[in-house]
Amino acid sequence: MNLIDLSGNLLFVAFIAYLIGTFLFGGAIKTSKPDGAEKRANTWGKLAIIVTIIGFLAQLGYFITRWIHTGHAPVSNMFEFTTAFGMFIIGAFILIYYMYRLSVLGLVALPIALLIIAYAAMFPNEVTPLVPSLQSYWLTIHVITAALGQSVLAISAVAGLIYLLKAVDPKVKSKGRFWLEAVLYFMVLVIGFVAVTVIFRGMGYEAAFTYVDKNGAQQEIIYNMPAVFGMNESELLTDNVMEPLAEMPPVINAKKLTVVFWSFIAGSILYLLIRLVTRRRILAMLHPLVQKVNLNLLDEIGYRSVLIGFPIFSLGALVFAMIWAQEAWGRFWGWDPKEVWALITWLFYAAFLHLRLSKGWEGKKSAWLALIGFAIILFNLIVVNLVIAGLHSYA
Amino acid sequence: MMEKIICACGHENPQGTKLCEKCGRPLTEEEKDRKIVDMRYDGIAIRSKTRNKSIIDKIWNFFSSVKVGVSLIIINLVAASIGTIFPQEFYVGVATEAERAIYYEETYGSLGKLYYQLGLSDVYSSWWFQILVGLLGISIIIASLDRGIPLHKSLKNQRVKRHESFMKRQRVVAAGPVTEGDSSKTLDLVEEQMKKLKYNVRREGNAILAERGRFARYGPYINHVGLIVFLLGVMLRLLPGFYVDESIWVREGETRTIPGMDGYFIKNEKFILEMHDNEKTEAQIQQGVNAVAKNYQTNVKLYKQPEDAIPGQTDNLELVKEYSIRVNHPLQHEGYSLYQMDFRLNELKAMNFSLTNKATGEELGDVSVDLTNPQNEYVINEQTKVSLLGYYPDFSGFKDGEPQTATSTPNNPAFIFKMTTPEQPDGEVSFVAIKQTIEPNGDNAYKMKFKGVETRNMSGLTVHKDRTIPILFIGGMIFMLGVAIGSYWNHRRIWVEQLQDGSIRLAAHANKNWFNIKKDLNTITEYAHLPQFIDQVEKEEEEGQKEKEGDNTL
Amino acid sequence: MDKKKKRSITRGIILVVLLAAIVYTVYSSATKEEVEVLQVGDVAPDFELVDLYDSNLKHRLSDYEGKGIFLNFWGTWCEPCKKEMPAMSNQYAIYKEQGVEVLAVNIAQTEFEVKSFIEGLGVHFPVAIDETKDVMTTYNVTLLPATILINPEGKVEKIITGEMNETQIASYMESIKPEQE
Repeated sequence: MNLIDLSGNLLFVAFIAYLIGTFLFGGAIKTSKPDGAEKRANTWGKLAIIVTIIGFLAQLGYFITRWIHTGHAPVSNMFEFTTAFGMFIIGAFILIYYMYRLSVLGLVALPIALLIIAYAAMFPNEVTPLVPSLQSYWLTIHVITAALGQSVLAISAVAGLIYLLKAVDPKVKSKGRFWLEAVLYFMVLVIGFVAVTVIFRGMGYEAAFTYVDKNGAQQEIIYNMPAVFGMNESELLTDNVMEPLAEMPPVINAKKLTVVFWSFIAGSILYLLIRLVTRRRILAMLHPLVQKVNLNLLDEIGYRSVLIGFPIFSLGALVFAMIWAQEAWGRFWGWDPKEVWALITWLFYAAFLHLRLSKGWEGKKSAWLALIGFAIILFNLIVVNLVIAGLHSYA
Repeated sequence: MMEKIICACGHENPQGTKLCEKCGRPLTEEEKDRKIVDMRYDGIAIRSKTRNKSIIDKIWNFFSSVKVGVSLIIINLVAASIGTIFPQEFYVGVATEAERAIYYEETYGSLGKLYYQLGLSDVYSSWWFQILVGLLGISIIIASLDRGIPLHKSLKNQRVKRHESFMKRQRVVAAGPVTEGDSSKTLDLVEEQMKKLKYNVRREGNAILAERGRFARYGPYINHVGLIVFLLGVMLRLLPGFYVDESIWVREGETRTIPGMDGYFIKNEKFILEMHDNEKTEAQIQQGVNAVAKNYQTNVKLYKQPEDAIPGQTDNLELVKEYSIRVNHPLQHEGYSLYQMDFRLNELKAMNFSLTNKATGEELGDVSVDLTNPQNEYVINEQTKVSLLGYYPDFSGFKDGEPQTATSTPNNPAFIFKMTTPEQPDGEVSFVAIKQTIEPNGDNAYKMKFKGVETRNMSGLTVHKDRTIPILFIGGMIFMLGVAIGSYWNHRRIWVEQLQDGSIRLAAHANKNWFNIKKDLNTITEYAHLPQFIDQVEKEEEEGQKEKEGDNTL
Repeated sequence: MDKKKKRSITRGIILVVLLAAIVYTVYSSATKEEVEVLQVGDVAPDFELVDLYDSNLKHRLSDYEGKGIFLNFWGTWCEPCKKEMPAMSNQYAIYKEQGVEVLAVNIAQTEFEVKSFIEGLGVHFPVAIDETKDVMTTYNVTLLPATILINPEGKVEKIITGEMNETQIASYMESIKPEQE
């Protein structure tokens, strides 16, 4: 077995471990039943964290073996970066877990990391050669520090989500209930994306098109899903596949739009099925699981994660980024979209800290802000990379 | 008139004070009604809140407000995000304003047109964006002055003994007799243990103030100083001489003056482009990329004029250094940096012809025209030569019978040759351009047969000097230091007072991370047998919860 | 009362300084380009270029002190440059004796091109090639043709970008002609 295969297998092991870990953390939920339920929950919890650590070590093994194989830190394309982001979230969770010993965090942190790693796996996972601008040790330093900061910040969203799962009453109609359910719906959409990608990939679906790009040049593109939206002036080259239903102007990447469309459809069907089968909101299903958590402690964990993550993020995403940009291009700041969104993330968390410190925004408000912050981080990871072009676009 | 609030303990507090600076008694009705006092700034009077009269004070108070500060952060955030909707002008590779307008409209439709017309396509250099950043800067300065100074004074002048009403209104409190042993030793035990926990302990009579990590309170102010230094650095770039940002194109073999770097010249020895030889990846196939670049490199020689030389004197250049400029590896000299930015491959450098008899195909000799230095005459032998009558590097057509050139770049070179041969001693004139030959005097016997070309590459370099970098760096470091201090350390205070009957009154405050201070409290509670402390916030919540749960069962 | 006043003044000063900083920043970034460029009234930077035909003849600006200098930047591909050259040649013939010197600086083209161009036009004034674009960069020339009028005191009298007609050329030469003694 060569290094890159080993690396892939380790990642798989990690994924399975996180999956098992999630269920174990589920078993660690405290109930008020007598007969030693609490003790049992503690045993589950211990087992869960051990499995999580095993998964983390396996993924670290993936990271290191891939690093050795490619000769550069495996954070240079969408697959590599997103996978590493998932790994750092697990790492940050383990750190926070040992600070506060709260196993319910794992029940949310692990699935989020799983979703992120699954999302990463939908991108080409082969080794890509580095373009000249990325050939620098700053790639390692800048990207890893920034991702680490984002991961710790993500834990505040995990705490915030648990906080809201408990604090928002699923029986009472409110704005909070609507938006919280929307967050959960979004998570189902990610599952939808993974599902359609895996299904069409398994079917070996391929449809080739020619199209005219925005510079007027003829290009070729291969769809891996039935083309709902066609590229500008596209012509189908493959036989026996679906013709696009609508054609898009050249600025819109119709292939990506098609992927979004199918993910949306699959995710929505999945969500509707869940609702039909259980006859409840997802929120209402999760609400009872977190009844025993201490809101104050969660609030503190959320705040603490921002406090730990914010300096790391500032260092990685702004300071190191500026030093590298100065070295590579002679200007520390270039208003590249990814840079701007890193600045926006930073400004947002700065606002978060000020609101908390001076305006006393604690509890629910703080939890919502943590979720919004994570949404900005995800926006920067997904939308800015895939939709808005710039120096950092990976795919 | 400066109104004072006189506390029951006799201390005079400035107007706006919430908790007496000396004993901690709540001074406002609002504070008196609270179960837990507002300790955010230790109850000090925030300067701006003390008075609100003249216009200066009003402006001052405006900027001092955290609400305004947060609003400015959010406005800046939104403004910055607007600039990422469509690419900014500097990422759009068109030069003139008219072209830009067309670009935005053609590429992004009427929305793009509107975006351009509103000036959003160059948002970050717009006056209003700069003002927004500036306002945020002012807010940072004023809010820090307004809070930092009084907070510093208040922390410096802390009293050990606090009033009962202050102690009782802290979040974490304890009261009651010692649980075990001799109560006369309690304070000694507390002091001993607190010192072990690295607290700074002060004792006055029957009261103890144990404090740890006070410097953490200064973190936010330190990071604000860093931000201000950084913004100042950015501003300084606008001063002449602080910042140079120029670009040049240099062809292989050319020596050019370096703009912005007086007295220096650069010679491009060679431009190198290397590609990765990997198999096409899936991503490459999807994006239609054939090969991925591995290296962009320009081998250069940096020259300097002698000290007393003036522009244009290039005969006595001194070699300063040879260097291979690559991406991420700029050439650095005396605060200037030269960066590999761009390149153009295969510009024509020389064209080779062979003087050929049209009828027989016999070749009399080769002529190579070096486009960087064309000669008047190319002699093949005594009777055979080729004279160059005209050279047009970028031939664009005829005007009044004269060939024209559009630029000085050899994109489409054209020549007028006069071919003298033993057969045609008077010479034959021929106009030769790419894929075009004109023989003005009818049918020539000879032609200049095209044989091939030599090419050279061109490197695009940028020249930077930024004397503000050290300032920005220091600003960044101060900021990071401040953020780290403010985030990773916390300020913990524990007040303990032994009442006359030997019972203990305890209060504790942490500016954050209550989890840690409770751990410390657990330690001293056990060690000095203190009454069990309670967290009044949690207690309140639990009570609320119970009530709620009770409702549900009904 | 005094303390209050003092504080008001301190605050006022801080606010004024901060506002001035913003105004200055906005203003100078809006006018950035214009500040760096050579301006009328500046001392014309000294330079030295080798004559096109006589490699021993060096045109050094400071050697022409006391004369008016008509410094013209041009290229063979530039149509307006070509158009104004005969007029420059005519006027130079008139003003040369009155102490006006013309120097036509070509932008880094080959000797062959420059010579055949000048000879083709049949114009007569000193020509030099700025091989490294050093003089052009020193004088911030970006668009051709560009003409810099330097008065006998060695200061920039006027900067003209774009084509000039013969009347204009005559009046420009008139304007930098040294006063007769």
